[in-house]
Amino acid sequence: MAEDKIRVLIAKPGLDGHDRGAKVVARALRDAGMEVIYTGIRQTPDMIAEAALQEDVDVIGLSILSGAHMELFPRVVKALRDREITPDEVLLFAGGIVPDADIEPLKQAGFKAIFGPGTSTEDIIKFVRDWAATRPARAT
Amino acid sequence: MPTVEDLVERLFAGNRRALSRLLTLIENDSPEGRRALRLLYPSSGRAHTIGLTGSAGSGKSTLSGAIARETRRRGRTLGIVAIDPTSPFSQGALLGDRIRMQDLTSDPEVFLRSMATRGNMGGLAPSTAGVVTALDAFGKDAVLVETVGAGQDEVEVAGMADTTIVVLTPGAGDDVQAMKAGIMEIADILVVNKCDLPNADLLARQVASIVDAAPGARRTPIIKTAGAQEEGIGALLDAIEEHRAYIETSHIRERHRLEQARHQVIALARQRLIDRLVAEHGANGRLDDLVAQVARREIDPHSAADQLIGED
Repeated sequence: MAEDKIRVLIAKPGLDGHDRGAKVVARALRDAGMEVIYTGIRQTPDMIAEAALQEDVDVIGLSILSGAHMELFPRVVKALRDREITPDEVLLFAGGIVPDADIEPLKQAGFKAIFGPGTSTEDIIKFVRDWAATRPARAT
Repeated sequence: MPTVEDLVERLFAGNRRALSRLLTLIENDSPEGRRALRLLYPSSGRAHTIGLTGSAGSGKSTLSGAIARETRRRGRTLGIVAIDPTSPFSQGALLGDRIRMQDLTSDPEVFLRSMATRGNMGGLAPSTAGVVTALDAFGKDAVLVETVGAGQDEVEVAGMADTTIVVLTPGAGDDVQAMKAGIMEIADILVVNKCDLPNADLLARQVASIVDAAPGARRTPIIKTAGAQEEGIGALLDAIEEHRAYIETSHIRERHRLEQARHQVIALARQRLIDRLVAEHGANGRLDDLVAQVARREIDPHSAADQLIGED
């Protein structure tokens, strides 16, 4: 009986310790039937990419409130690429405090969406499900 | 697009991304996953498999991290399979074992994979054995399987591990007597964790009296640890080594693995037969028909089952 679950990594890069938002999103995705791996706070880009590799996740969500996203997010993408994981095969999204001006450059870097404060968890669930429904076939 | 054969080849070359992809295929019990297992199985059986079980909150993940660090200090590589429950309501799962093992992520010789139980009872995920096989074939010296928080009945891990460790904590002291029949019987090593808490010595004495009363040639060692402070971890690793040597020299390991193999083959055959029956009789309406007859009390469930398998 084959069963394909959507596996999601929720991680907090950098030094801010406020993980309420990350936990709310992790829980919402779990309640939507996904398998969510939560890494805890204060992750380096390499730790996040390594967790993504070992857990073979389909989706990576980063949460950040410290303002260091323009520094850390591209480094996460690079750490993923170093491990042969490209933004084409995993869904990368982020949430937290990200100024509007930074959103476009982050999308260029591979992030499919940036969710700001006030986003409904329903929107995030729908976003992940829509992606999963139309995702390109994965390499076996 | 790489084939399963490509992935297996890359796994044998030490590629961790290929290993990880194969673990997913195996976990999903896909046809590719089964093909991968067929290719990997002959190269498995070398790793020492360690099962770690105990009640929720007994400190299993913290202890897993401490065991992993000590294993690495002793120069050996390790795979860890950490299992958390699937929600029976949403079928989703929150897998949080990595939180307690964050520092291990930077060690490329430790491979940690989280799994959800996906409805399986017994403390393991349905494809745990296959995932262990792949980590073993990848070349890990040891594979540690951490079960979900187990009660008295989740003993499945003992059927799969060479060495089974049961973790107890002070405060559960009064339950120790009741636990005799269940989870304590599967222990090759008993750990009294959180030994910095009050009553740890009392618990260790109670456990010792149960162990002393148990039949058998080998006395189950009782190790006191404080996982968060990494106390007693050296002694625990020594006990694991001692048990490994014991089962190898006394040929218990061959016997155990024979039992494991028998259990595995029967369990898989049973599942396939059931899947086939349900698929066949589900499609032709016979299953629904029999179920309705049972519900109306026209026939009893045993007779219905006999008819379903054609034994009437």
